[in-house]
Amino acid sequence: MMMSGLAHPFLAVTTLPDAIVFAVAAVIIIAGAVGVIVERNPVHSALSLVITLFGTALIFLLLGDDFIAAVQVIVYAGAIVVLFLFVIMFLGVDKKEMIAREPLKAQRPIALLLVLVSVVGILLLGAGAHYALGASSSTGVANHQSGGEVAALGRAVFTTYLLPFEATAALLIIAIIGAVVLTKRHNDGIEGSVLPYAGKDESDEDDSSDEDGFSGEDGSFDEDGSYGSDGDDLDEGEQEYRDGREDEELVK
Amino acid sequence: MTVSLPWYMGLSAVLFGLGALGLMIRRNVLVMYMCIELMLNAANIAFVAFAQKLNDLGGQAAVFFVLVVAAAEVVVGLGIVVAIFRRRADTTADDIHLMKG
Repeated sequence: MMMSGLAHPFLAVTTLPDAIVFAVAAVIIIAGAVGVIVERNPVHSALSLVITLFGTALIFLLLGDDFIAAVQVIVYAGAIVVLFLFVIMFLGVDKKEMIAREPLKAQRPIALLLVLVSVVGILLLGAGAHYALGASSSTGVANHQSGGEVAALGRAVFTTYLLPFEATAALLIIAIIGAVVLTKRHNDGIEGSVLPYAGKDESDEDDSSDEDGFSGEDGSFDEDGSYGSDGDDLDEGEQEYRDGREDEELVK
Repeated sequence: MTVSLPWYMGLSAVLFGLGALGLMIRRNVLVMYMCIELMLNAANIAFVAFAQKLNDLGGQAAVFFVLVVAAAEVVVGLGIVVAIFRRRADTTADDIHLMKG
């Protein structure tokens, strides 16, 4: 349908409905991905990410992978994006990003050029060389077994892929512990005393850190006297934060 | 599977490229994490497409594990963002240039 006029046999799209579904899903995915990059507001980026994830689920459905599609929507769109949105809202960074200030002058054009060259190269390779598509058969666990796809996947996860499965269990435990440790507040006043630094602008930071690299950072109040104004906000934020951390656990 | 494999590979490559582009040009750490998610999704599309083409369940299992890794990565990453934000009240990558404080 899309480019079925091309001569190359590998680019032949055989049935029209599938081609239409693929085209729609591809447009959804690309549009969402562009939205993630282009949107100035992080909340809009997160919502664009949801669009891309739904498009990906559509592709999984087109490939006949119902279970992975459902997991994609539930885990990615339902949990991970909600976690993103929660952190954005919690931190209050849902304002437009400062685009004008660009420390590395030529970085954006170079990045664009690099990605363009790479992607076009990959696409040409995929379109013009059949060997770029890998083996034509494999000796792994067969896909279409009796009992359906979910049963087959479950059996494979608990037999062939048992070790990776256990490793992911350990990984999740480590991630949970890491998140708790990272976001834990140290109330002993020695380390991580937070309030004095909130709202401090960069010039102050540079002044104090350039003169004496290690002292003057911990526990001292703001030099510009902004402690009183910012402290109140953060006290409220701390309460929200403690409530929110339970939500974060639920999301996982 | 009637849409042939190179289409999926092309879509995957384009999505990965967009994710990499966003990771390089954006400065907000949260958006950079979202771009990493885009790249992981591109890998997932390739995994599932190959799994169907080669009739191999390993692709689906890999997607399963990628999902878990992505979830763990986001949880830890956002924990780091929250911890940094408490110190700096900012989520711009260029401002996080000090090992201490």
